[in-house]
Amino acid sequence: MFKITGWSLIRLYTTLVYIFMFAPIAVVVILSFNPQQFGSFPMDGFSLRWYAKLAGNADILEAFGNSLVLGGLTAICTTAVAIPAAMAFVRYDFPGKNSLNTLLLAPIMVPEVILGVALLLFMRWLQQPKSFAMLLIGHVVITLPYVLLVVQARLVGIRTDYEEAAKSLGANPLQTFREITFPLLMPAILAGMLFSFTISFDDITATLFWATAGNQTVPVKIFGMLRNSISPEINALGAVMIVLTVSTPLLAGYLARRFARGS
Amino acid sequence: MNENQHSSWRPWALLAPSLGAVFLLLVVPVCFIVVYSFWLRAPSGADIVAFQFGNYSKFFQDFFYPSILLRTIRVSLECVFLCLVMGYIPAYFFYRSKTRFKSLLMLLIMLPFWISFIIRTLSWINILGDTGLINYLLVSAGILGEPLGMLYNEGAVLMGLIQYLLPFMILNIYVSLEGIDQSLLEAARSMGCTEWQAFREVTLPLSLPGVSAGSLLVFVLSAGTYLPPMILGGPGNEMIANLIFKRVIGTLDWPFGSAISVILLLLVGTIVWTYNRYLGINQVFKAMQ
Repeated sequence: MFKITGWSLIRLYTTLVYIFMFAPIAVVVILSFNPQQFGSFPMDGFSLRWYAKLAGNADILEAFGNSLVLGGLTAICTTAVAIPAAMAFVRYDFPGKNSLNTLLLAPIMVPEVILGVALLLFMRWLQQPKSFAMLLIGHVVITLPYVLLVVQARLVGIRTDYEEAAKSLGANPLQTFREITFPLLMPAILAGMLFSFTISFDDITATLFWATAGNQTVPVKIFGMLRNSISPEINALGAVMIVLTVSTPLLAGYLARRFARGS
Repeated sequence: MNENQHSSWRPWALLAPSLGAVFLLLVVPVCFIVVYSFWLRAPSGADIVAFQFGNYSKFFQDFFYPSILLRTIRVSLECVFLCLVMGYIPAYFFYRSKTRFKSLLMLLIMLPFWISFIIRTLSWINILGDTGLINYLLVSAGILGEPLGMLYNEGAVLMGLIQYLLPFMILNIYVSLEGIDQSLLEAARSMGCTEWQAFREVTLPLSLPGVSAGSLLVFVLSAGTYLPPMILGGPGNEMIANLIFKRVIGTLDWPFGSAISVILLLLVGTIVWTYNRYLGINQVFKAMQ
């Protein structure tokens, strides 16, 4: 008897936590369809008015473009830097390995505000103005630990037999990597790229320090719009962002499962 | 092994780009703001190279700034506590549940992690605001005469923080629950423990590494954030990151902003260092894979 009641309480509790996590997000999506001038309850019918307004807002479309380019470039650069590092940590032994690994994962534990301030002031001191390049290198540093963790975890799971077989057949390390390790690592690379794209696309805390009026990302744009109270347009923009960033990992998970089944 | 000795330069070549990036873009800039925090702010607005503790004594000269530091610590601790209370049971649910939707449910709890922080933060305005969901329901049901002011206080800030940080806590606890050897539980049960005793004596103690790793992560991330206090809090709910933001972006007082950043860094650094000394930091990274 205890077991049944105990377990159903646990289930109820978990359901309540889910409601806590999702109610605000669901409400943003629901209110984005409210035709009223003020983005709040009561709902007064259903309309795509605010989406239409968004689609005609050149500023926001530009911010979307900036975010997509920045996220894409961040994903490519971070992964390109993280793969060799993961190879070094998993496939080689060298002095100071553990401390260096911790150092590369350290950005997770450094508050983003400090990353933002430090890079901004350092670049100022070097007489470099805020620029798109600064946003990019900043985002690479922020996302590097996450991609490194994903790639490293996968690399540990790939047995070295295949690589050794390739080497014994005369392949050099680069050929071995290209023909054997890289294809096996592909799922982790894609996951890592996706991860860094989303983190970059969503980042606000550090980005607010680095962005200029000329290269605003969507979150920075939303931050600016908030100054004049929460409008239905923000809810619509939020709903678009939610659908975009949520569908990406779901789609990737689905594709990964299909590929896994196919092979 | 022979090959590794032969090519001992190779791992360093592979590490060069990432080490270079982290060193040049994180380590050097952070050292730079430590130096900057000793500089002087001239009345003209220029920064003068100097070595003086004026920025730090300004922080500690009266109770205003230290009280914000203390509030940051208190709110972050409250956040850790609430995340523990709200997170342990769902993590335990994932661990014990045999439903075939388990992976879907886990994916769902991680979904907010993918949603922009600013949207998740401002979404609470729609829930707690004067014309938000709760007030709308209570007023139209006739329970309240006029809307309850639930926004712009510490409770609202905590809502935003918890919604941001809870997935980290759940994931950390879940990872350490998953690592528990099932035979230990079976042994406890076969020796006559009730389910509750087995949980208390076996599961709970063995899940503590995840609990502490999650708590560390939640504390550190909470102490370094300015968005929930800025959007959901009132003037009395500012945290230390808000001060940094104001000094660096608002008043452009960079030496003082650097000094506050260094104080936050010291707070976080001391906690992370102590944790690493006694418990090992790698537990924290384990959950993120």
